[in-house]
Amino acid sequence: MTATSAPARGGIRPASHEGAPRAPRRRRRLPFSPWHLVLIPASLVLLFPFAWLLVTSVETPGEALRFPPVLTPHVLRFANYPDALATAPFVRFFVNSAVVAVTTVLCNLVLCSLAGYAFARFRFLGRTALFAVIMATLMVPFQVTMIPQFIITKWLGVHVLAAVGIDHIGALILPNAATAFGIFFLRQFFKTLPMEYEESARVDGASRLTVLIRIVLPLATPALATLAALTFLDSWNNFLWPLIAITSTDQMTLPLGLATFQGAHSTEWTLLMAGNVMSLVPMLAVFFLAQRYFVRSVAATGLAGT
Amino acid sequence: MPVRDARARQRRAPGRPGTLRTMVASEHFSGWAFVTPGVAIILLFGAVPIVWSAVMSFQRSNLLSPSTPFVGLANYRQLAHDPIVAQAIQHTLIYTALFVPGTMAIGLFLAVAMNRKIRFISFYRTAAYATMAISTISEAIVFIWLFDPSYGVVNYFFSLIGLPQQQFLNSPSQALYVIVVMTIWGWTGFAVVIYLAALQGIPQALLEAAAIDGAGPWRTFRRITLPLLSPASLFLSVWLTINALQLFDEVYLSTQGGPLNATTVLVYYLYDQAFQQFNFGFASAIAYFLFLVIIVVTVIQFRVGRRFTHYRS
Repeated sequence: MTATSAPARGGIRPASHEGAPRAPRRRRRLPFSPWHLVLIPASLVLLFPFAWLLVTSVETPGEALRFPPVLTPHVLRFANYPDALATAPFVRFFVNSAVVAVTTVLCNLVLCSLAGYAFARFRFLGRTALFAVIMATLMVPFQVTMIPQFIITKWLGVHVLAAVGIDHIGALILPNAATAFGIFFLRQFFKTLPMEYEESARVDGASRLTVLIRIVLPLATPALATLAALTFLDSWNNFLWPLIAITSTDQMTLPLGLATFQGAHSTEWTLLMAGNVMSLVPMLAVFFLAQRYFVRSVAATGLAGT
Repeated sequence: MPVRDARARQRRAPGRPGTLRTMVASEHFSGWAFVTPGVAIILLFGAVPIVWSAVMSFQRSNLLSPSTPFVGLANYRQLAHDPIVAQAIQHTLIYTALFVPGTMAIGLFLAVAMNRKIRFISFYRTAAYATMAISTISEAIVFIWLFDPSYGVVNYFFSLIGLPQQQFLNSPSQALYVIVVMTIWGWTGFAVVIYLAALQGIPQALLEAAAIDGAGPWRTFRRITLPLLSPASLFLSVWLTINALQLFDEVYLSTQGGPLNATTVLVYYLYDQAFQQFNFGFASAIAYFLFLVIIVVTVIQFRVGRRFTHYRS
């Protein structure tokens, strides 16, 4: 229908038709870009899991266990949400996840800035060797280090400080408080900055730390934002290490709490989906608000590699 | 020239002997003071464990006995003869061989489709990006429900087009492929972001020049766009492969390696051996084997990729 009406419109306003000389070779023109015909179904497929998740989360348990599935529930049963909250402490999981992610990001920004700046600008004894060791750890997958990391964390909890030991959220922060990637990434960025500002500040008597805080870091805001976004995503979605390090419900992060909840209520789909929606929404909200930042950060890792 | 003065002073500073004050001001001291907190954490939780697990892979080490005797290559020999390891390698490779090209093809197609200023384009892009905001756990739970054999909506769609009902994650011959589908969905946003960024970096003049020379859209894509995207493709294939070889979360959530070990991949088996059976020694050997596989595959990708990768300027 829409396709056949296109030539008529073109006929009414032939003068406005930009591609007039080539028009005879063209077949009938759609009144919209043909790419919509690809992108609409693609978006539906991409969004369908989210939509189905939402629908199931407000169905009655009886409706969920019906085949063919109930695509549009008759009553919206929002009680699934309080029910899920009563079954598992999702608020607690959320707070734990937020504390772990925010603390990890802040620690990384501070520690990786300090180390990255020193590796970029200072000449000190052992710099090359130390940097080589850090670069070597960057290549090793987590699975290689996780068993000793578990033993070390356990030992630290027993002999040094319980708050960073096994079964405490501190155990999720400390091992990731500084990352080889963060140090390398910021060092590379600091090296691209012009040295003149730093030198004149030093001449004026500023300490090295003051130069870093007052001059270098403000210039490095885009890199710091990228590191923050990537560290946040990593921490928020991390599953394997919390699975190993945490066993008590009140210390669990969202992914681990959700996985445990699923293990215990694997057939109570409405409850599961309500819990899943609640664990998804905060991250989706942050993501949409800061979409530009996240997208730019992820794209930056790709462009850095090219 | 005050700048040169400053440089000269800085260069002289480290060697100058003197009071505590000059020592604190020295570059050596500052350097170590700045790097120590971050480096200490990386050494303790990164470098030390790398060596430790290498040592452990030559020991018989489990929670049952306090002693950890050296057993030479016994763990690696066990690795070579364990039938489940052989299966895990096979599943990991099949999964990687499907997941990586699948994600790249879909990502490239969608990025090309989305690389234009048409109506609703930000909606389409957001739909793809949204898959980046979902954790592997949330993703797995949704897909277990979508692919539920009894009440799942996928089986309902199958019945609409006359296909028989499937067992999906309960079937040894299908479970791995369902995991391929769910992880491709989860990584689509990432692939789209990488390809879109690369597409937007292609100078418009090149494409116009090709059009003026009479190249059609398909030829332009094959001869201009695709070669210019090759650095992004190489990055994606390496990145996705490293992640695919480390597949764990979705398997843990959906099948626990079953049914009948059909979805036991290397990292799942490693986790099982390390933290269910507490065979730290054998698990360390698996970890080092995984590391070796990752290195070999990555090196091959860079070697092969270099031949097909075009860097501008």
